Amino acid sequence: MTEPLHRRLGMTDDEYRRVVELLGREPEAAELAMYSVMWSEHCSYKSSRPWLGRLPTEAPWVVLGPGENAGVVDIGDGWLVALRIESHNHPSFVEPYQGAATGVGGILRDIFTVGARPVALWDALRFGPLDEPRNRYLFSGVVRGIAGYGNAVGVPTLGGEVEFHDRFSKNPLVNVMALGLLQRDRLVTRAAAGAGNVAILLGAATGRDGIGGASILASASFDEASAEKRPSVQIGDPFEEKKLIEACLELYDRGLVVAIQDLGAAGISCAASECAAAGGMGMVVELDAVHLREPDMTPAEVLMSESQERMLAIVAPEDVDEVLAVADKWEIDARRIGVVTTDRDLVVRHRGEEVARIPAASLSEDAPAYRRPRRRPADLDEIQDDGPVLPDAVDVGEALRLLLDDPALASKAWIYEQYDHMLYLGTVVGPGNDGSLLRVEGTRKGLAVSTDGDALRCFLDPRRGAARIVHEAALNVAVTGARPLAVVDNLNFGNPEKPEVMWQFVETLEGLAAACEELGVPVVGGNVSFYNETDGVDIYPTPVVGMLGLCDPMPELPPRLDRARPGMAIWLVGPERGDDFAGSAFARVVLDHRRGRPRDVDGDVGRRAVSHAARLAHLAPVLHDCSAGGVAVALAEICILSGVGADVVADDWRLLFDEAPHRFLVVADPDLDLEVDDLPTRRLGTVGGDRLVFGDLGSLDLAEAATRWRAAIPRRVGSAR
Amino acid sequence: MRIAVALFPGTNCEHDVEYALGLLGADVEIVWHREGDLSDFAGVVLPGGFAHGDYLRTGAIARFSPIMDEVARLAKEGRPVLGICNGFQILCEADLLPGALIANRDLDFICKPVHVRVETTDSVLTRRAEVGMVLRIPLNSYEGNFVADEATLDALEARGRVVLRYCDPDGNVTDEANPNGSARNIAAIAGGVHGNVVGIMPHPERAVEEILGSADGRVLLESFLEAAEEAP
Repeated sequence: MTEPLHRRLGMTDDEYRRVVELLGREPEAAELAMYSVMWSEHCSYKSSRPWLGRLPTEAPWVVLGPGENAGVVDIGDGWLVALRIESHNHPSFVEPYQGAATGVGGILRDIFTVGARPVALWDALRFGPLDEPRNRYLFSGVVRGIAGYGNAVGVPTLGGEVEFHDRFSKNPLVNVMALGLLQRDRLVTRAAAGAGNVAILLGAATGRDGIGGASILASASFDEASAEKRPSVQIGDPFEEKKLIEACLELYDRGLVVAIQDLGAAGISCAASECAAAGGMGMVVELDAVHLREPDMTPAEVLMSESQERMLAIVAPEDVDEVLAVADKWEIDARRIGVVTTDRDLVVRHRGEEVARIPAASLSEDAPAYRRPRRRPADLDEIQDDGPVLPDAVDVGEALRLLLDDPALASKAWIYEQYDHMLYLGTVVGPGNDGSLLRVEGTRKGLAVSTDGDALRCFLDPRRGAARIVHEAALNVAVTGARPLAVVDNLNFGNPEKPEVMWQFVETLEGLAAACEELGVPVVGGNVSFYNETDGVDIYPTPVVGMLGLCDPMPELPPRLDRARPGMAIWLVGPERGDDFAGSAFARVVLDHRRGRPRDVDGDVGRRAVSHAARLAHLAPVLHDCSAGGVAVALAEICILSGVGADVVADDWRLLFDEAPHRFLVVADPDLDLEVDDLPTRRLGTVGGDRLVFGDLGSLDLAEAATRWRAAIPRRVGSAR
Repeated sequence: MRIAVALFPGTNCEHDVEYALGLLGADVEIVWHREGDLSDFAGVVLPGGFAHGDYLRTGAIARFSPIMDEVARLAKEGRPVLGICNGFQILCEADLLPGALIANRDLDFICKPVHVRVETTDSVLTRRAEVGMVLRIPLNSYEGNFVADEATLDALEARGRVVLRYCDPDGNVTDEANPNGSARNIAAIAGGVHGNVVGIMPHPERAVEEILGSADGRVLLESFLEAAEEAP
């Protein structure tokens, strides 16, 4: 017996009954297809929605918050910044190059949909260990996909982060963050207004690629047969997207667009229904007008197709010819596919017949929401009680050698040198530093961004782990001179139908919310990716935070890691503990230990650290957040990049590798008065020589440190570079 | 004096070139590839990017764009023509420069600052520089590996039309300092009847301000503008 259609489309029997109730009849095939995609976990957030209200989302500078195409904040002087983060985890596991590439394409459309020119990208990546060939294939495929699309579409990639853990071997994480700039009067809405206005489909032809991507790929777990899902991965065309960006920006320039929506998950169904619903209107869509790649597609396939590089613009009838002329100039296709109506129904016609008639708002507003059961994992107490046992003595030089060779701590140049990170001449601080810093042309402003995650700590204690990454991201933007302004979050989790996963999710939200409140930063957008589960094994709970900071004015010469010079003094600002090793790089790499309970953040201390760092960025040539690997690794990075050693006073090895939060290094002229009176501050030592010397605790030759740190990733992926 | 910056669909460095030349005092206009007439311009720049998507051989479609007839005319008249990165590739495809650019030796895209040594001052790109000068300029390409047959390479050398070579920070031209495998470490060449056509693989427009890491590209762009000033 064949399964009923709704189940094959990924819907439960209850959800099907809900559709019947809403329509007062059995749905047609095309209607059911639309509901199945729009009510998928990926599109409807049905498992997360009941909890997301916990996040603080308001601040005077927030123009658009969560739920819009992109978050938008006001940075003054007439400028707005659009930001967004998205995951493309499952597609990247099935087909790493195209999965990652289309992740980039998709998020850029969200940015220019609100009227902004996309100006920068970041990537937060997670893979299994690189000693497994398949993980190397996924890792290099994803990096190439990001490079292949981002470079060609003409948007620089300014940074990101990467971690490697077993739990990601069968479910890598590919999160992309994008930023756009626009003048305040150029904000574009998706709310369709004006009965009789015309819906124009811009961009690529519609094909069978990506059908069911949202419901089948993104909203279900994986198993051995997942390779068969390859046809559900879309194929990216950065050239088409580049033309689409320029064409849309020209349409906005000329004031030709009433509203616009990109086509992403759920394709035409989603774009048409969201435009209509947002404006309180309806729409009639003629599928025969859609430019198809294959002529015999069914209505359901046309509606659900996730072919890339398409936009739906709502245009006044008298402007249609001019819109078509702009499209023609940029060599993109433009078809009149619909008309805005007043009756609030989304009506779809195909070959003279009506194949769907549903309330436009019902696809989004009537989607189910589940308050799924939660349960603290039964083994978590045991895991938390089993913290790392620290040796009495450690050869610091030897430990540092091991840490610098760890791919998560080592140089990421192999990755970011494949990305154009300089286009648009805005990159003042580029990849390889704590946060990237982008100047805003014609102003004295700088935009700082950092993406941060910490999968292991979030597994050991989701609430504390999540709070720590918010504080770390804030400090990362502060060391460029910026004050934290807004957060976007990407919440990557396992199967929400497991109570333990839902517990992790809600704990994480609590940690994120509390830390954002402590720092006074609103969350302006986010993405939830559930079902990151393969063969029954869930990933570590992995929230990723994208923090935007604003410097105004930007420091004249913002700190960078390569500006230490012989004779400069080294200070540590922030509280030292010597006992924060659970989930640390030292425990993982040197002790091969991944258990215990990480320490919590301290909101007041965190706020002070951020404030001092942002101030000192105007005075010191080098500021560096201490995170993975502690003081020793942070200092080694500065020395390697500056090409000079350091002499450090040290009598307790624990203080060198401990990962207590809220700490940063300052390297500057010894006469500099730090003026930090409300945080512990200690002079650590002096820059100079050709070794990293830690008193009697050990030392390491700088050239050897540099070689190990630079070669860690290339030697594992077998690259000559 | 006005400088044209040619814009193909897929080009992405046009604003950067416009900004950098503007910083040096030039009057710059971005010209769409289908708009024909460059008579009023003293010189033209073909900027970097992915003209027409570069899904075929780089520059293979762009060479047929209408604007290329005008670029060829300017080249013939002795006005300076500068191709940067993708522009260099297009000039080679259009036979305005010899040789070709193929995939980098390690088959990776490379975006990083590299060092280049000035080999001649007898070019529109280096007339204000000095021979032996070492410049630090960002490279940003996948097909940056310059190739040509031995006879062509020898002819370039003999006529003094190798303009820049990849080198180490001290100016030594070594294999280690060759980022992409280019023949004889060549990073820029000159061509055309008057040597007024130049192709360069690194991006001088990305090195015009210290805050961005280097201002070494200025001398090259200033040379180009000076040549345009004096052009017939």
